[in-house]
This record gives sequence, C-alpha cells and structure tokens, in this order.
Amino acid sequence: MSEVVVSARSVSKSFGNGAGVVKALDDVSVDILQNEFFTMLGPSGCGKTTLLRLIGGFEQATAGEILLEGEALQDLPPYKRPINTVFQSYALFPHLTVRQNITFGLEMKGIDRKKANARADEMLELVQLAQYGDRVPSQLSGGQQQRIALARALAPAPKVLLLDEPLSALDLKLRKEMQVELKRLQTETGITFVFVTHDQEEALAMSDRIAVMQAGHILQIGAPEEIYERPTHRFVADFIGESNFLSGEIFSSADGAWSLRVEGVGEVVLAQESSTGKLGKVTVSIRPERLSLGHESEQGTDRLKGVVANKVYIGTDTAYRIHLGDGQPLLSVRVQNANGVTGHFSEGESVSVCIPSDAARVLVD
Amino acid sequence: MKVDTSNPLWRFRGVTSAAMMFFAYLYLPIVVLIALSFNENRLATIWTGFTTDWYLVALGNDDMLRAAGNSLIIAVSATVIATLAATLAALGMSSGNRFRGEAGVAAMLALPLLVPEIVTAVATLLFFVALGVKLGLLSVIVAHTVFCIPFAYLPIRARLEGMDPSLTEAAHDLYANEWKAFRRVTLPLLWPGIMSGAMLSFIISLDDFVISYFVGGAGATTLPIYIFGMIRMGITPEVNAVSALMLLVSILFVSVSFLIDRIRY
Ligand SMILES: Nc1ncnc2c1ncn2[C@@H]1O[C@H](COP(=O)(O)OP(=O)(O)OP(=O)(O)O)[C@@H](O)[C@H]1O
Ligand SMILES: [Mg+2]
Repeated sequence: MSEVVVSARSVSKSFGNGAGVVKALDDVSVDILQNEFFTMLGPSGCGKTTLLRLIGGFEQATAGEILLEGEALQDLPPYKRPINTVFQSYALFPHLTVRQNITFGLEMKGIDRKKANARADEMLELVQLAQYGDRVPSQLSGGQQQRIALARALAPAPKVLLLDEPLSALDLKLRKEMQVELKRLQTETGITFVFVTHDQEEALAMSDRIAVMQAGHILQIGAPEEIYERPTHRFVADFIGESNFLSGEIFSSADGAWSLRVEGVGEVVLAQESSTGKLGKVTVSIRPERLSLGHESEQGTDRLKGVVANKVYIGTDTAYRIHLGDGQPLLSVRVQNANGVTGHFSEGESVSVCIPSDAARVLVD
Repeated sequence: MKVDTSNPLWRFRGVTSAAMMFFAYLYLPIVVLIALSFNENRLATIWTGFTTDWYLVALGNDDMLRAAGNSLIIAVSATVIATLAATLAALGMSSGNRFRGEAGVAAMLALPLLVPEIVTAVATLLFFVALGVKLGLLSVIVAHTVFCIPFAYLPIRARLEGMDPSLTEAAHDLYANEWKAFRRVTLPLLWPGIMSGAMLSFIISLDDFVISYFVGGAGATTLPIYIFGMIRMGITPEVNAVSALMLLVSILFVSVSFLIDRIRY
C-alpha cells in the first residue's frame, strides 16, 4: 500500500484583488502517492503551474493547506522543502559550469565538495551526459540543458520532483525520447514525480495517475486507462482523445436492464456499471473505436440505425461519420482496417451501429 | 567602410560624405588637440617640431598632480558610494517587489540626468551653505555621488531586468536561503552591470567641472578646474598634454565598461 507524500487539502489560490481578482485554483484536493508518476493535465490557464508552485513554496495558498508526509508546509520557504523543481525555462545558472550547477543544491545542503562532485558525476551518468561536466549551459543544446536541469534537481535526492512542462520546448522526436527517459529516471530513482503538461498523449504515455484540470478545478483523478475509458466529465472525455456525446434519457426496462433512449433514434442497453445509477436525462460519452458498424439488417438491443454521412481512410483505421437522426450530432466511428471488418460501407449507405453495453459512459454533467 | 546595401539609407546620394563630415566635426578637434600636445613650440597653434617634453612638464607639475589626486579621491569615493546605492536601489526596484509609487521613484532616480547641471550646482551650493557645511573635498564627494547614482543605476537595472526571475527561484529551490541565493546567483549575474555602472560613474565624476567648481572651494581643486585655470594663463602644449592624458584615461574606462557590459552568459 502506497503512502501519501504530498497532499493538497481544499486549496484555493487567488491572484490580485478587488475587481481584478483571478481565482487560479478553487478548492482543489489531491493526494499524491509515494513513488508515483503523477501528472496534472489541463488546458492553458487551468492552474497547473499554480498548484505546482504552491507545492514548491513559490506561492502561498489563499485557503487550504498542503502537506508533505502529513506535515503542513505552509510556513516553510522553498529552500527548506525537500522538493526540487525542473523549471520550464530550465533556469540553469548561466555563470556556472554544468557540474557546478548540479553540485549547487548539494553544497547548499552542506554536503562536502568531494561527495558533491561524486554525486554530480553519478547524476551526469544517469542523464547520459558524462563528458559535459565542464561546459557552461549556453554550450548545450535544448535537450541537453533539459537533462542537466533534471540532473540538478535529482542530485539532492528530493522526496518529490516537480516538473513544469519540461518537454514543451523540445521538438517532437526529442520529446518522445525524453518521455521514455523521464519515465526511466522516475522508475530508477523511485522519487515521486509531479509532472505538468497540456499534452494528453504525453500524459497517457507516462503517468501512473493523471489529474485532469479545468478552470482551477480537478475534474477527475485516475490511471490513464481509467481517465480514457471511463471519463466522468464531458470536458475530460473531450480533452483526452476523441469522443461522441449522445444525449438521451435513461430508463429501466421491464427485465431490469438499463437503457438509453435517444430521441428520434432509438434505444440501446447500457451496462449496469457504466451508468452512475441515475435515471432521467443524461449525456453519455462513447469512444469512436468502441463502436462498430454492421449491415442495416442486423438488429439487437445494442444497436442504433444510421446512415453513413462520410468516410475517411486514415491508414490504420477508417473514420466514419454516421447520421443517426435529425438534430443529433454525427456519430464518429473508428474501424480498424486490418481487422477483417464486416464489410466496408460506402457513403449514403444505411447501417446499424453496434454500441457494446459497456462502451457508453454516463457523464456527471 | 563596408556598406550594408540592405539599408535603404544608402540609396541617397551624399549619405557617406555627410557621415564623414559629422565624424570630422566630432573628432577633428580632439585629434588636433592630441597632435598639438606633441608640438615643440610654446605657442600651441604654431607647429615647429615633434616633442614629448610637454608630457614630462605636465607630469612634473606638482599643482597639476595635486589636482589629479583630488580628482581621483573624489571619483573613487563617489563611485563606490553611488554604485552601492544604485545596486541597492535596483534590487529594491526589481520586478519581484512591486510597490505603490514605483514609477515615481524610478523617475526620481533618473531625474539628475535631466536637470541642468548649473541648477544642480547652484542648488547644492546653497544647500551646503545653508547647512553650514565647509566646502572642500567632502562636499564635492557628496555632490558627485548624487549625480553619479543614475549613471550607475541604469546599467545595473538593465541587467536585473534581463535576468530570468526563475534563476533566483531555482536557487531557493536548491536550498539556498535569501542571502546565499543573492551571493551565489544574483550578484555574480549582476556583476557586469555593477562594474559597468561603476566605470561610468567614475568617468562622469572625473570629468565634471560645473558642480566641482561651485561646491569645491579652495582646497578641492580638481583636474578639470586646474585645466580651466591653466587655459586662462594662455593655451600651452602642456594643457594639451594634460587633456590628452585625461582623454586616455576616459577612453580606457569607457571601453572597459562597454566590454564588461557586453558579457553574456
Ligand atoms: N502571478 C500571477 N498574477 C496574476 N495572475 C496569475 C499569476 N499566475 C497565474 N495567474 C493566473 O492564474 C491562472 C492559472 O495560471 P497557471 O499559470 O497556473 O496556468 P497553467 O495551467 O499553468 O497554464 P499554462 O498551461 O498556460 O502554463 C491564469 O488565469 C493566470 O492568468
Ligand atoms: Mg503553466
């Protein structure tokens, strides 16, 4: 059972005062576990950096508290918190060599020079830049600076490492490499990583758990599969991957099953656990790849009728847009091409769409 | 001169000659002054032959050396105090510390650059007299410190503005308290600006005539005042030699200041 390392309790943070007040965080609570790769994901301005800076001690919460291993951090300045940060701009000290950058934190902690240098070499080894110790930061590429920033932050062996969009300045290829690298470093060092990004793919690929944020709130916290397969909010389903949203009414039929009735289209059966247990008007989210198409003659309680509005071949998949009925948004369906699908459908053709009972997730809002 | 043809200015006729004339206007008098400092003839305007004797005469002149000594004491003291004050002011005014009336304070810091020197000189003199301060080296040092501050402040401030605020945060993040972060990160990064500001102050102080003349009194003759006195006796190559030496010192300092300010990490 993992222990909680960092915990935010009903944290709020406002900037400015009077009419110009901005509420960057609004009653945010989260527990981050030991040895976890925890990601805060959300669009620009949702408060990710603010939460990170509160944990680091660079900002003070307006309300609520932040605990480190159960102890309130409120009055501790950043230099007394066993937490290190990889800054978005890297913030390497330009007047110091790479090695001096890495030993900086160690020296400040009072570790003697010899040990500090040994540790720096170890860190340089870890980020695979062993020969670069005597250079100054301006002689390094962006990706190398990034690694040094990591090495510097990891050297004092903090309890928590905060990373604010550390990969955003890198090009795509390097970014992919560094994603793997970061994940490896996290596993090898066993340090809790709190990672901030607005890139959903990055978040899915690297995280043990993800907190999806919007406008100062955390909407959902969960493992990548959970966030992707079982989004609780429309915003989450929309922000991560592509999703269909169907509005309808849930009712319980005579045999005890739960069904969704979509006005003017039809009814489908929902799995018990995909509903939040509420009856009445709801919106459900359905991932396009969970849907499949069949001949219009195929019928069942898990099917809706529709007409192919358009189809686009995109290599691995074919993306269909299905017209269900007037006033309903087009339903997006992804069919894998290699999978020996039940025939290909052409535009204007009538089809039946199969919605597996556990594919539709009822959203809370 | 290498002509940058991408600059549309070069399409106009006469740009080159106008530029030449401009530079001649600026520098010809100085060139003539230096040339005549090597003139053998006692009458500075008639060339009769080359000599370096006037430099020896100048360097052997006790009054001149005393004036130079005064200038040096004043310039060094004013520079040290002004640079220290300017550094503290720049740190206090840095973007991390917003406060009410900040724009006003910034304007006040730069104001001495705009007030006519004669006004400052008269005001300072009256001020000292009203306070009953004895005029001498000390009063000149105080007056010089005041007008040196903006010159020291501007390059330091510029450095500080250009500094990534996350560097200080990174230092704190890496367990450096306020003082250590300042000592190990802020100060080294600010250092070129501080040096550059100090050198500018030094030159400005060394160069000053009007204020020194007003608040100096008898005991505090500075080099510019001494040169002014010599000229009233007639222009000799010795004056030229002293001026040329001063020019040399100025150029040296300004160049070093310029080079230091260009240090980029
Ligand atoms: N120092 C500040 N003063 C005033 N407002 C601020 C300050 N810092 C952040 N904000 C505001 O708080 C909100 C959240 O900002 P924050 O930097 O946490 O967003 P973010 O999620 O990190 O965004 P991004 O992905 O663009 O970095 C924004 O509306 C921002 O304008
Ligand atoms: Mg941010």
